[in-house]
Amino acid sequence: MDAIILQILNGLDKGSAYALIALGLTLIFGTLGVVNFAHGALFMLGAFCAVTLNALLKTSYETIDPNKLDFLGNPAKVETPYIVDWFGPEFGGAMIEWSVPLAILFAIPVMVLVGLVMERGLIKYFYSRPHADQILVTFGLAIVLQEIVKGFYGANPIPTPAPDALTGSFDFGVLLGFDPGSIIYPYWRLIYFLFAAIMIGGVFAFLRYTTFGMVVRAGMADRETVGILGINIDRRFTIMFAIAACVAGLAGVMYTPINSPNYHMGMDFLVLSFVVVVVGGMGSLPGAVAAGFLLGVLESFASMGVVLNVLPGINQIIIYLVAIIILLTRPRGLMGRKGVMEE
Amino acid sequence: MLGLDNRDMKLFIWVVCITVLAPFILNPFPAESELAQFNAGYPDLMQRFMIFGIFAIGFNILFGLTGYLSFGHAAFLGVGSYAGVWMLKLVSMNVIPAIIISVIVAGLFSLVVGYISLRRSGIYFSILTLAFAQMSFALAYSVLTPITNGETGLQLALDDPRILDSASSTGSIPPTNFFGIEMRDGFELALGPWEFVFNFGYYLCAVVMLVSFYLSMRIFRSPFGMMLRAIKTNQQRLRYTGKNPRPYNLAAFVISGMYAGLAGGLMVAMDPLAGAERMQWTASGEVVLMTILGGAGTLLGPMVGAGVIKYFENIFSKINDALLYEWFSAMPEGLQDVFVFLIHPFIGKGWHLTLGIMFMLVVIFLPGGVVEGGQRLAALFRRRRQSRETDGPAAVKDATPAE
Repeated sequence: MDAIILQILNGLDKGSAYALIALGLTLIFGTLGVVNFAHGALFMLGAFCAVTLNALLKTSYETIDPNKLDFLGNPAKVETPYIVDWFGPEFGGAMIEWSVPLAILFAIPVMVLVGLVMERGLIKYFYSRPHADQILVTFGLAIVLQEIVKGFYGANPIPTPAPDALTGSFDFGVLLGFDPGSIIYPYWRLIYFLFAAIMIGGVFAFLRYTTFGMVVRAGMADRETVGILGINIDRRFTIMFAIAACVAGLAGVMYTPINSPNYHMGMDFLVLSFVVVVVGGMGSLPGAVAAGFLLGVLESFASMGVVLNVLPGINQIIIYLVAIIILLTRPRGLMGRKGVMEE
Repeated sequence: MLGLDNRDMKLFIWVVCITVLAPFILNPFPAESELAQFNAGYPDLMQRFMIFGIFAIGFNILFGLTGYLSFGHAAFLGVGSYAGVWMLKLVSMNVIPAIIISVIVAGLFSLVVGYISLRRSGIYFSILTLAFAQMSFALAYSVLTPITNGETGLQLALDDPRILDSASSTGSIPPTNFFGIEMRDGFELALGPWEFVFNFGYYLCAVVMLVSFYLSMRIFRSPFGMMLRAIKTNQQRLRYTGKNPRPYNLAAFVISGMYAGLAGGLMVAMDPLAGAERMQWTASGEVVLMTILGGAGTLLGPMVGAGVIKYFENIFSKINDALLYEWFSAMPEGLQDVFVFLIHPFIGKGWHLTLGIMFMLVVIFLPGGVVEGGQRLAALFRRRRQSRETDGPAAVKDATPAE
C-alpha cells in the first residue's frame, strides 16, 4: 500500500509538468488552431528565466580580504554580490536564496512579451496555412530558441537549487499511519504539484468566471459568430497565446530545482506533452490535464521494481504504448470533441 | 528513354553526371590552399550525401506526395542498420545480402507501423509515428540489448560466424566488400595542386542512389503517384469516387520505409556499426528538415536538402573565430572585432542556429524549398532576357498571366 502511494506521489510532479505544458498547448490549439511545436522551447525559456535571475542576483564584485587567507597563504579574494551590498547580508542573501520563487515574478512579464512577439510576429501569418506548415515553422523556431539559449548558457545543465528552507523532505508515512520513512517526499515536489494545481485552477477559473474568458470560450466554439457580434476576437486570442506561453514558462521556472535546466529540456518534454495532448483529446482542456496526470502516474508505476520484473523496459515505453492504444480505440482521445483536426 | 519523358531524362542525366563527377565538383579548391577546408570531396562525406539523399527521397515519397508528415522515419533507418549489421555478422561481409535484408526488415516493420498509424491522419498520424519511433529507440536501448547491444551499439567482432566467408587469416575483422572489392578501396588522383579521391564505397552508394532516384521519378510520374497526390489534395473526394485511399497510403508508407531501410543498410555497409541514437526523434526531425529545406514534393529537392544539411554539419561547423579574423584581416581592427562578434554565434558549433533560421525562412517564404527558389530565379532571369530580346509589348503580354 505504501509503495503504491509513493508511486502515485512520484508520478504527480512529472504529471504536473506534463499537464501544465499540455494545458498551454491545448489553449493555443483550441483558440488559434495552431499546432505549436515551440511550446517546449517556451518551457525551457521559463527555466532559463530562473537561471538568468539567479545569475543576475549573484552578480558580484571581487575584493581582497586581508584577514582571510586562501590555501596558498595569500590574501583571499572575496566575492560580494552587489545585492548583498545594497540590501544588507540578511535581505540580500535571502533574495539570492529565494531566486527560484522570485523568478516567477521575473518570468511573467518576460514570457508574456515572448508570447506576444511570437504570435504577432510569426504565428499570425500561419493561420491560413496547413497544419503541417505550422508544425514545421514552430519546429524551426524551437531549434532557433534552443540554439540561442545554448549560445548564451552552453550545453551543460545549470544547477539552480531551491531555497534551503524547502529542500528537505516530508514524511508522508507518519501522516498516513505507516512506518516513518516509508513514504518520503521532497518538499519542492509537493510545492510543484500545488503550484501546478493552482495554475490549472487559475486558468480554468479565468475561462469560466470572467467575461474575457467567456468571450474566449465562445470564440473557441465559433470564432466567426463572435467576430460578427463586433468583438475583436483576434486580440483576445493573442492574449490567450501570451497566457499559454506564461503557463509554460512558469512550469519551467518551478521545474528548475527538480532537474537542472539544459537547452534541450523543452524538446524532451514537448514530445511527451504532445502525446499527452493527443491522449487527452485535441482541443479539450480538462482532457489535457487529466491525461497529463494519468500518464505521469502511469510512468512512475511502470518504473516500480515489481512491474519491471514482469515486463522489463516497460517504464521506457509505457506512455507511447498507452498513446497508441488510446488513439486506436478512442480516436479522439479521452475527452476530444468531434470535428477537431479530423480533415 | 527508360520510360521517362524528355525533361525528366534531361534531369536524370544531369543527376548522373553530377554524382559521377562529384569527387571533382566537391573538391574545387587545391589541397594546400586556405579554402581546402571547404572541400567536401572526401569519401566519408560523399557517402553520407548519397545515403541521406536516399533517405530523404524516400521520405519525400510519403510526405511530398501524400502530405502525411511522419515524425518517426528514423526508426526504419535504425531497424535497417541493425538488420544489416546482423547480416554482416552472421552471413558474410559482402554488403549485398546486408543491404537486401535491411530493406526487407525495414519494409516489414514499416508495414506494421504504417498499418496502425495510417488509421489516423494529420497531427494524430505524426504523433503515432513519433510514438512508435520513440518506443523502438527506448527498447533498443534497454530490453533489446541482446539484439542491439544497447548503448554501445552493435559492432562486428572477430569471432562472428560469417558462414559464407572463409575464415579470416589476418587476425583482424575483415572489411566490408562487394564481391571482393573492399568498400574503402579507391584511388587518388593528383592534378597539379588538386587532389581527388575516388572511393569504391562512394560509387556503390551513388549507383544505389541513382537507382532510387530513378524509381522515385517513375513513382512520381505513374498513375500510382497521381493517386498519392490526390490523397494530399482531397481525400474526401477520392473516397466519393469509390476509391479507398488506405492501400495507396500504406504502399507509399512502406515504400518510403524501405528507402529508409536501404539508407540504413548502406550506412552499415560503409561503416559496420549501428546505434540506437539513429532512431531517436531528432534523427527523424533531421530528414524532415532535409526534405522541406530542399523542397517537398519536388524530385530533386530532398537530395539538395540532404546535401545542404550534411555540408553544413561537416564543413560549415568547422569555421572558427581564428579563420574569421583571417578573412576580415583587410579591415581595420575595431571593425574586424565587430564583424567577428556578429558572425560568431552562427558558425562553428552554432551551425544549428543558422540551419534553424534558414529552415524557418524557407517554410515562411519558400514553401517549395530551395528548388522552388531556384526555379523562381530561373523564371525571373528568363523573363528578363526575353524582355530584353523583344523589348516592349511582348514582354508585357508575357508578364500578365503570371500576376
